This record gives sequence, C-alpha cells and structure tokens, in this order.
Amino acid sequence: MQAKKRYILVFVSCAFLAYAYFGGYRLKVSPLRPRRAQHESAKDGGVQPPYEQLPSFLDQADPLGPLGHLNGSAGALAALGHNDSRRSRGSECRMETCFDFTRCYEQFLVYVYPPEPLNSLGAAPPTSANYQKILTAIQESRYHTSDPSAACLFVLGMDTLDRDSLSEDYVRNVPSRLARLPHWNNGRNHIIFNLYSGTWPDYAENSLGFDAGHAILAKASMSVLQVRHGFDVSIPLFHKQFPLRAGATGSVQSNNFPANKKYLLAFKGKRYVHGIGSETRNSLFHLHNGRDMVLVTTCRHGKSWRELQDNRCDEDNREYDRYDYETLLQNSTFCLVPRGRRLGSFRFLEALQAGCIPVLLSNAWVLPFESKIDWKQAAIWADERLLLQVPDIVRSISAERIFALRQQTQVLWERYFGSIEKIVFTTFEIIRERLPDYPVRSSLVWNSSPGALLTLPTFADSSRFMPFMLNSMGAEPRHNYTAVIYVQIGAAMGPNAALYKLVKTITKSQFVDRILVLWAAERPLPLKKRWPPTYHIPLHVVALGGNTRIGAGAGAGPTGQTTEERPSISQRFVPYDEIQTDAVLSLDEDAILNTDELDFAYTVWRDFPERIVGYPARAHFWDDSKNAWGYTSKWTNYYSIVLTGAAFYHRYYNYLYTNWLSLLLLKTVQQSSNCEDILMNLLVSHVTRKPPIKVTQRKGYKDRETGRSPWNDPDHFIQRQSCLNTFAAVFGYMPLIRSNLRMDPMLYRDPVSNLRKKYRQIELVGS
Amino acid sequence: MNKLKYLLSLVTQPRTISSSSPKEQLLNCLTYGLFTIVALCAGFLLWDLSSSQRDGFFYGKKDSHTLVLDLSHSQEVILHSDADQRKRNGNCTFWDCLNIYKCEHDRLKVYIYPLQEFVDEKTDKVATTLSSEYFQILEAVLKSRYYTSNPNEACLFLPSLDLLSQNVFDKHLAGAALASLDFWERGDNHIIFNMLPGSAPAYNSVLDVNTDNAIIFGGGFDTWTYRPGFDVAIPVWSPRVGHQHPHAAAQRKFLLIVAQLNVLPRFLRTLRDLSSAHAEQLLLLGPCNGMDLSTRCSFSQHHKLMEYPRLLSHGKFCFVGRSLRLGQPDLVEIMSESCIPVIAIDNYVLPFEDVIDWSLASVRIREFELHSIMQKLKAISNVKIVEMQKQVQWLYTKYFKDLKTVTLTALEVLESRIFPLRARSSRQWNAIATNPRATFNPLFLPSLAPKSQGFTAVILTYDRVESLFLLIQKLAVVPSLQSILVIWNNQKKSPPHLSTFPSISKPLKIRQTKENKLSNRFYPYPEIETEAILTIDDDIIMLTTDELDFGYEVWREFPDHIVGFPSRIHVWDNVTMRWHYESEWTNQISMVLTGAAFHHKYWSHMYTYAMPGDIKDWVDEHMNCEDIAMNFLVANITNNPPIKVTPRKKFKCPECTNTEMLSADLNHMRERSACIDRFSKIYGRMPLRTVEFRADPVLFRDNFPDKLKRYNDIGSL
Repeated sequence: MQAKKRYILVFVSCAFLAYAYFGGYRLKVSPLRPRRAQHESAKDGGVQPPYEQLPSFLDQADPLGPLGHLNGSAGALAALGHNDSRRSRGSECRMETCFDFTRCYEQFLVYVYPPEPLNSLGAAPPTSANYQKILTAIQESRYHTSDPSAACLFVLGMDTLDRDSLSEDYVRNVPSRLARLPHWNNGRNHIIFNLYSGTWPDYAENSLGFDAGHAILAKASMSVLQVRHGFDVSIPLFHKQFPLRAGATGSVQSNNFPANKKYLLAFKGKRYVHGIGSETRNSLFHLHNGRDMVLVTTCRHGKSWRELQDNRCDEDNREYDRYDYETLLQNSTFCLVPRGRRLGSFRFLEALQAGCIPVLLSNAWVLPFESKIDWKQAAIWADERLLLQVPDIVRSISAERIFALRQQTQVLWERYFGSIEKIVFTTFEIIRERLPDYPVRSSLVWNSSPGALLTLPTFADSSRFMPFMLNSMGAEPRHNYTAVIYVQIGAAMGPNAALYKLVKTITKSQFVDRILVLWAAERPLPLKKRWPPTYHIPLHVVALGGNTRIGAGAGAGPTGQTTEERPSISQRFVPYDEIQTDAVLSLDEDAILNTDELDFAYTVWRDFPERIVGYPARAHFWDDSKNAWGYTSKWTNYYSIVLTGAAFYHRYYNYLYTNWLSLLLLKTVQQSSNCEDILMNLLVSHVTRKPPIKVTQRKGYKDRETGRSPWNDPDHFIQRQSCLNTFAAVFGYMPLIRSNLRMDPMLYRDPVSNLRKKYRQIELVGS
Repeated sequence: MNKLKYLLSLVTQPRTISSSSPKEQLLNCLTYGLFTIVALCAGFLLWDLSSSQRDGFFYGKKDSHTLVLDLSHSQEVILHSDADQRKRNGNCTFWDCLNIYKCEHDRLKVYIYPLQEFVDEKTDKVATTLSSEYFQILEAVLKSRYYTSNPNEACLFLPSLDLLSQNVFDKHLAGAALASLDFWERGDNHIIFNMLPGSAPAYNSVLDVNTDNAIIFGGGFDTWTYRPGFDVAIPVWSPRVGHQHPHAAAQRKFLLIVAQLNVLPRFLRTLRDLSSAHAEQLLLLGPCNGMDLSTRCSFSQHHKLMEYPRLLSHGKFCFVGRSLRLGQPDLVEIMSESCIPVIAIDNYVLPFEDVIDWSLASVRIREFELHSIMQKLKAISNVKIVEMQKQVQWLYTKYFKDLKTVTLTALEVLESRIFPLRARSSRQWNAIATNPRATFNPLFLPSLAPKSQGFTAVILTYDRVESLFLLIQKLAVVPSLQSILVIWNNQKKSPPHLSTFPSISKPLKIRQTKENKLSNRFYPYPEIETEAILTIDDDIIMLTTDELDFGYEVWREFPDHIVGFPSRIHVWDNVTMRWHYESEWTNQISMVLTGAAFHHKYWSHMYTYAMPGDIKDWVDEHMNCEDIAMNFLVANITNNPPIKVTPRKKFKCPECTNTEMLSADLNHMRERSACIDRFSKIYGRMPLRTVEFRADPVLFRDNFPDKLKRYNDIGSL
C-alpha cells in the first residue's frame, strides 16, 4: 500500500514535470485577456486585410488633431513660443532666429571691416597671408560694398583663421576687439572664417577663444554635433600657399577607362602615437601591404617625438621614407583621408585635386559645403570603427563607378575648391540661397559643370533656359534667334550701305525671330523709312548714346528708354528684354554674310548651345620673347576666339557678362572701347572649358574694311593684346582653348552637283 | 488545481504514519527527496514563466520563427512603470549611438518584435493600441527584403509598439514599454516610427517618450530636434490621399489653394487678407459644418461644398502652413493631387530631406514673408511650374504613394547611411524619369583629351592578310597612333607569325578570338591603353595620314562622340511606316560607320557589358549592324550626334560595281533598315540625331599656301 502510494507519488511528479516542460509555455499565454471583439470579427471577415479593422492613428475623436484646442484656448498658442528663449542662444542659432534678413532684401553685399586703428590694445595684429587673400577676394568682387549700411554680411578685419592659442598667428584679445566693432550686434549678420580651433591636448572644436554669438561660422573640421545646421557653413582646410584665384587645375588630364592606377589605396602622413584622434592613424599599418595598398605613417613630428614613440615607430619610419607623397597621390586610385587631431585634414583637397578618390576615415566630420555638394558622387565613406573593412570596400567598387567618381572630383575641384576665391564665393552663395528673395539652385546644378558659381539662378528658374544641361535633360534650345546688330560708325543709311544689306539678308533667314539694332554711333538715328522693309519680323532700334529708342515693324513701340552718357562697348551684351530667344546672333554693322551662312551657323549652334559658334576667328598664343600672351589675326591652323562680330551664342551669356564678370574687367573694356569680344570668349571658355566653334571659312572679313573703321587704327591691335593679358591676369589663368577644326556643311566643296547641296550660297563665298 | 490539492494530501499523509519499518523509512526518505526535487523543479518552472522572457527557458524555441502579424494572438506584457527609463539622447549621432558592429552583414536586416500588449501592473492601462497605419508599416517591413526573424543577425530592431500618434498613448507607459523590450539596451539600433509628436500645450516637435539612443522616424521634426544623419524625417500619412488622374497645369484654375484646416490664426488672417485681394487666384477654404474631413467650404459662401482632397487638383500651388504641429497630413494629400506644395513652416525638416531635393518640387516661404506669397508664386514661369508638377508627381509615386513605400524609403535612407557604398547619389534619388530622353552622360568631364596619349587602332580581320599588312604599314606612320591591335577573328586559321608582319616602329599586338563574332571589335581589351580607339576594317587603306591625324584631333575635342569618316542617315518612310537606312550622299548624317571611326574606350565597355536588350546577341548572330548598334548606344546615352570628319565617302573600290554586287547590296540595305527598326523598338525611341555639318581642318580648301596648312593631304571623296 505504501509502495503503491509512493509509486503514484513518483508517477504524478514525473507527469507534472513532463507537462510543465513540454506544454508549460501555455501557462504563460493563458492569462491573456480576451481580445476586443473587433479583432475577432476581423478574423471572421477573412476577405479584408486585417488593418482595415484597426483605428487610424489620426484619432477619430479629435480628427483635426490639435485644431480643437486652437479655436479658443489661447494657452496652446502662448505655449508655442515657450522654447524660443533657448533658440535665441548663440549655440542654437538658425537663420530665422539669428539673422536679420531685412538687410539683404535689395542686394547681397558684403562689408569688410577696415584694419583696426592703433588703440589701447596696441597696434592691429598682423593678418595671415590666407586671411588677407580672403579679404582681397571679397574686396575685389561684386559682393563688396564699402557702405556698412547697405551690407547684408559683415566680414571681420581681424584674422580669425587660426584659433589655436599655441599658434603664431593667434590673435589675442579678440573678445574686446569684437566689442569695439561698430556693427557687431552680438555677431548678427557677421561671418567668421576659421580653419583651426582648440589646442593641445583636447583640440576642442568649439573653443575659438571668443564668443561668436550670432555670427555664422565658416569653419573647417566641423563635426555633426557642433555645426548649427542650416546656419554654419563647413569649409575645407587649405594650405598656407593656397592660391587666391584660379589656382592649379585638377591633375586628371586623361580620362582613361578603366581608371585604375598602380596603387589602389594610398596614404602618407604623420601619426600622433598618443592623444585625441591618434588611434585611427596608429592602426593604419594593418592595412599596408606594400603592393597595392600603401599606407605609411611616421612618428616624427614636433621636437620631442622620441619621448612618446612606441615600438612600431622605427619600422613605420623606415617604410615611410620609401614612398614619395606626390608620386603616391598621382598613382593611386583611392586616397585615404583619415582624421588628424581635428576632423578635417589637408589630405582632402590634395586628393580631390589629384583625382585620387578620397576614402573618408573621419567619423562625424561635416564635409565641406555638405548642404549643397553631393559627396556621394565624388568620395567613399569608411568608418573608423570598421577600419579593417577598408580594403574590402575599395576593392568592391566597380570600374564604372571609379570612372564617374574620378571625373566628379575634378568637376568639384575646378568649380568650388581650386582657389580661396572660389571657396569664399561658394560660402557666400550658400548663405545667399537661404535669403527669402533669392532662388535656390537645384542639386543637379550644384553638382555638375559649370556649377553654382557660374549659374545665376536669377536669370531663369528652369535649367531649360540655360545652355548647359539641355542634352542631359533631353531638351533642345528654343527655336529661332534674335539678331543683335551693334552700330558703332553709323554710315549714311541707304540701299548700298552695309547695314542696310545686312538687315535685308537677315530678314530672309528662316530662323530669325526679331532684329535688334543697338545704335551706339554719334550720328543721329536714320529715319524709320530709310530702313529696309522687314515685313513680319520686328525690328527694334535702341539708341545707346542718349537718344531714345525707336521701334519699327510689328509689335514694337517707342519705349523712350535712355542710357548713360558715354556708352560702354559692353552694352552690346546687355540682356535686353527684346531678346526672347535662346540664340543670339551678334553682328557688327559691317558684317557681310549671306542668308545660308546665317542659317547654317544657327543649325550648328543648336547642337552646341553652350559655345560661341561663328565666322571670324582669332587665336591667342604664348609669346616667349615677351613673356606674355599674344593675339593674332593671321591665318593659322587653329583658333581660340570667334569674334562676336558674326557669331551665335546663348542668351544666358549676355546675362553672365553683365551681371557676373568682375567690374575690373568691364572697366577695362569701357576704357579701351575695345576687346569686348575677347572678353566674351574668355567668359564662355571659362564656363565651358571648351573652345568656340568656327563655321565655314569666311574670306575677307578683315580685308574689306574702309573708312573710319576702328579696325584700322594701328593701336587697335596692340590694345587687344594688352587687353588679353589684363583679362588673363584678372581671371588668374588663360581660359581660352584652341581648336583645330571648323564645321562645314556636309557636302561643302564636294565635287557633286550644286543642286544636291542645301547651303549653296556658302560655296560661292570667298573663292 | 485539483492536482495540487491531491499532491498536498499526499504530502501530509505520510506524516500521520509514524510506526514503520526501517526499510520503509528509507523508502520514505527517498520518496521525500524525490518529491523535494520535483517541487523545486516545478517552482523554478513557475518562476520562469512569470518572469520576463529574456533568458527564457522556452525562448530558444520561438526565435527562429517568422513573425506572424496575427491580431488575435498578441501577448500581454505586464509593465513595471518604475523601471529604468532614459530620456531621448539629443546628442546622438550616427557615429556613437548606432552599434555598427551589429550591421556588419552585407545588407540591412531588421528584426520586428512580436505583437505585444503592454499593460501597467498598477493601473492596468494599456500602453498603446495598434493603429491601422502602424500595422501596415510592420507588414511592409515584414514583407520587405530587410526583414529577419533572427534577432542575432539583425542590425535594426523595430518594436511592435505603436507610437505613431502621441495623442493616444501615455508617454510614461510607452517609455516603460520600450525599456522592457528584450534587446533594448539603451535603445541602440532601435527604430521608432512617429508621425504626430508632442502634446498640448507645448507640442514638442519630437516624440516625448524616453527613447534614449533610438533612431526616430519622425513626422514633425524641426531643425533643433532633428539629429542630422541619425533621425529620418518622414511624412505624416493621410488616409485620405486621392487617386484621381491629376490635371495638367494649364487646366488648374487657381494659382494657390489653401485648404488646410488648422493653420494658426495669425497666418490665417494674412491669408484672408490675401484672398480678398486676389480672389481670382487664391482659393481659401475652411471647414464645412460638422467635422467632415472630406469636404471643404469657401469662407464667403458656406453653401458651396467641395470634395477634399480632390479640389486640390484645381490649383497649381497648394498651401501647407504652420499649425501647432509642424508635420501635417496635408502635404501628402497635396502631393497626391500633383499640386505643388508651398511650405510656410520655418525650420520644418521636410520628409526625406537628406535625399530628396525639395527645391525641384516645392516652394518654401518664410512665415514672416507670408504676405508676399502671391508675388512670389506669380513670378514663377510656366515652364518651371510644369517641371515642378512633374517632379511632385514623380516623387509621390516613388516615395509617398502608400505607407509601404514610405516605410521602405525611410529604411533605404537609413540603409544608405549604414552602407554608404551602396547609397544612391542625389541625382539618382531625384532624377525625373518622366522625360524618356533625359540621360546622364558618363563622360562628363569638360576637358579635351590629352594629345600625348594617341590612339590605339583596333583592326578586325578574318584572313585578308595582304590588305591587313598594307593597312598596318599605312597606320604605323600616323604620328598620333600609339599602338595597333589586330583582332584575328578566324578560328580555323592561326594568324601569321608576328615575324612575318611588316616591321613598324609602333607596338603591335595580335589577338586571336575564340569565336567569329562582330562584337569582338568592341571588346575593351586590356591591351588598349589609350582613351581613344580607332576601329578600322582591314580593307580601309585609302585613308591618308593627315586624315587619320586630323580625325584624332577632332575626337580629342569631342571625346564623348563617335568621330568617323564614312557616314549614313536614317529616314522615316511614310509609306511603310518604318525607319529606312540610307547611304546616299545627303546633306545630313546621323551615323558614322565604325569601319573607320574613333570612340572612347568606355563605349567599348558599355557595348560589351551594358547593351540593352538582346542587341548584342542579335548582331553576333546576323553578322551585321554592329556599327548601327554602336551609334544607337552612344546616341542613347549622350543624346549627342556623331561627327563626320572630312569629305571622305567612298571606301570600297568604286569601279568594281556590277549587277551581282547590287543585288547583294539591296539585300544588305534591307537588313540594315530592319536593324534600325528593331533597335529603335528596343530603346523605345529613336535616339539618333541628325546633323548637317562635318568637321574639316580650319584652312581646308582655302585659298592659302598648302605648305602652311597642317593637314594638307585630305582626300576628296
């Protein structure tokens, strides 16, 4: 009996254990509450998706969300501003809270404070070369104003680039100097340029040695946490010898495919052994294999590196000395850009220029101009935490991608980073796009050639009206052209006058939209009846010398607009409202062209709308004996200028010429009353980096000049040569590019019947 | 329970029996011992069941199962509201709040917690209730390529806790619920969807729940609360999005429509003033009687009822203004009707702002400038309006059209941060695909090719050794030639030994192919070290040195074009309604033959690896049209026409025409016409462009001493 009991006991215990082990989890689910009825019905419904049975997150009781509170309770509204106090603090600045837009409604002008006078703080501190370049770039630009009341932005006169208190360029007493500035106003509308902040040992990013207050920081090595998004601008770190203008072009000359080079990944630089930011560079030796991955570091820097060296230093130094930095840069597909003490490093711009695709190894770094530039098209990210993955990452990138990345490094370098001027102007344009009245350029414009600095968004709101991206948009320039005739001499008007014939020829062209005559001659305007009949094509005559403009033909009325007393020859490139077509045919009054020539040149232009397409060509060359640029009108096998005396170009260039070119250049043209066509060619080549296009030879363009043509002036030629040199100096380089070819009609001078040819008149010319 | 009673009785019974034999006592001891062990085990089991699942005894059995979103089987979890919670970490960045080591797999994986119902132990309140939208989000992730059922391989964790609208849950309880999640660990790698953040009266622009290090997919960020590079801004979803066919811009009567019901009063006043001044162009609408959200009534005449959001399709621009919350469902509603949003909310972080270029599809206006809104909109050109409208439509269908799309887009944004290598560029995120002609030229570097490199001549030959040798000799003296590569396309016969080839001063390489294919001419051989390739037939021996040199010069100036000598044209035949291939000498060309043409090596790569459709196979099969295929390929990618150089037209001996050749010729032409027809169907358009010009040397045929011309020997036809 006892035994029986025991057996039962043991059996029951085992059974219980087994039950608990295999089925026990049900114990846990079992206390579930019964689900709400609607869920059950959802199951029964079957057809409907289950979420149909659930309520929407926009709760039905108060369907308009907070609207209910809105009608009446003032408390909610008052509470809206509750954290505004936090927001007006300098560290939390946004454009709306820390920037005075009212200063910028009319124009975007920048005021630079003059150097400090001698005061209780002593003489003005010396300005570093780089900061001086920044100031010069601004002062010689179109942004500059000397009137602080008209300024939108203020730039400090004292050097704030280097805020490392151990540095020799460190300016002392900045807070008290700032306090003395007449327009400081806690930094409102000020911009502060800075390359280095913080010092040994923590290199704190926000330790500038003064309170920037509401001033916008244009600073290198910013981190995601410190940058005030939409307010500060991250700029690249640049060398002491960085050029003011133009600067070296990108070093990628050829565009080979596949774009692989001798080394896959390269880096050469110092490492710090200890302290902030040293871990990354200290472990780079893991990636070095001496074959396609060359990552060499040295411990040598400063005076006392021996005291801090670790046991790898000697070996590292040996490897380090085996490689030359420049050679690595030019012969490597990818270049590592690891952080140093600060997040940014010189490596970034060096790699970009060399066309060595940057591999970023600097966590939390805000890349230069990140808000506008899409770095995904030009750089590769690695993560400091996953250093050992870097080789796999770079090896996995396809040849097409490398090809595209490499080209983009060059585009960005050329357009935004090549010189201090470009960096400063890009900073300004980024701030300018935040202003309420200024149109925003799209990311496509920012990230493709010719870039934002050369694309004035005030010209038109759609890229369709610009000459650059038509092909990639799959669009074409709008049809027809406007002929703009610039009259300088104004010979007596009659059926034999060159101008009369010219207008008549244009009238016969099938693509002409309207004719605009710019009358800059001293002679009075010919009477309306003396002009040739233009039928349906409107003829507008604008007097530039102070006379009123008259209208003739359809749709033109006297507008009575007068211009300044002594007209500049640049007025031929003013974007007149009358020019409605994309194509502008610019003509001198004495141009001799036939209708076929006009039509043919126009069809060629439609395929190259970003270039100047025209007849008379000239060339520039480097004159070693004079150590200067030479200009020639002789017949040569090449050309680099197409004179605007008979050429097609895009309307946008008129706008760019008038509103973008440095005032210094326009002044040179005005004073010499010459060279405007050379300047236009430089401008277009600067934008496109391509030569102009000459169409079929036009003989005798130069030979037939008689009378008081300015072309016959013996000084004329010398003047043009000196213009060319002045322009090149102001641009900082020679933008003109040579071409060896000209475009002829398909059957030009072919020994086939003339009847087969479309442009027959061209055949008759010149021979 | 009965069982337990029985067990208890068993325990008490043996005590009463005291008199027993030693043997029995021993057995009793054993029994008690066994029973104690059983009791301990049972106790352990019960304790285990009541505690959290984390180290659960049963847990291992469940984790590999794919989650089932079954509403009737959600578990209940008891919350201890005093559990440790941490505030949202405002200083989070991608680099320190995301545990990247969990994401080392080659793609983004997201684990979804099983459906659970969190109940407070004291008040018995439910933390949150599941909404239809959140269910759809969960479902979208579950069915996406991101889902994983294994939490150990997951990079991201998605709680099934619905936090979409802060109106409906207790933030403290929600925080406790989050903190009680199995893999919470301070919220690292957790993603939280939220569309309506904040609550009265402050209406914070971010979820007030203690989310610690979690990533927030939020629908109402301002620039202060948004952690750039870490959080993701998403749209506030609206269940009322329209599905109508949107009107074209011209049919839209109003310049601006304001149909948002909860604009702040101060802005509403401005808008009312504006609407009385611009009655024709501004349509200001308010709620109708009752709280029906699918209608709007104009402020002046309350009787006119309009259907919302359909009415938005009558406006070119539609207004989204500041309300108590920054994110408004109106934005998605507006986009669904292809109306261009005008956003007047300062410092609002727009949905997917990291990747979407909103300047292409919206107008932003500062609250302070609201009074000038009409002037601003009037200044926008019609072309731009059409462009923006297309962009809005495209963005909507691509990223906003339903919750699934929104969810997957948000995950892709995050994926592109974690795997930057695979991230789309801003061009790819914003490319308007509505224009079939829009392309991206992969050779976009605006520079002339360097002269120094020269070109590689690639000669495709079968067995015409004599003419091949002649050609090699002629090519060898061209100054800009860098090297020659002979492609021996004959498998039956080996190429002549290198020593028998004419001795030339330039490198010469021969490569025998494995198959006699026309495409071999365009293979990007590693032997080709230059950018420029001259493809040339073995019988083209009439080209002069000057012509080839000049051809290379022209190519240098147009490195993304095909530059060649013999040219052809395609014409549309109105009778047969087909494309027709033409070799007549006309005033226009649209193709150059690759029997003698320069092109960039990149195009060889594209021809070999990225030719659309079956064109490449078709060409190899029919032994024809490889040149047409190349012209199509380049024209389609660049929208550029080819460039014909110099007058050269005749290539095969002109004297030897006879009737036999003619018929062969006719057949040949017919086949090539068929090619053009076929290719244009594959591309879906006719990419070829016609031009009327050719490139000649600057002084070509000018009355000028020949010895001063660089290119003299330019043949006639």
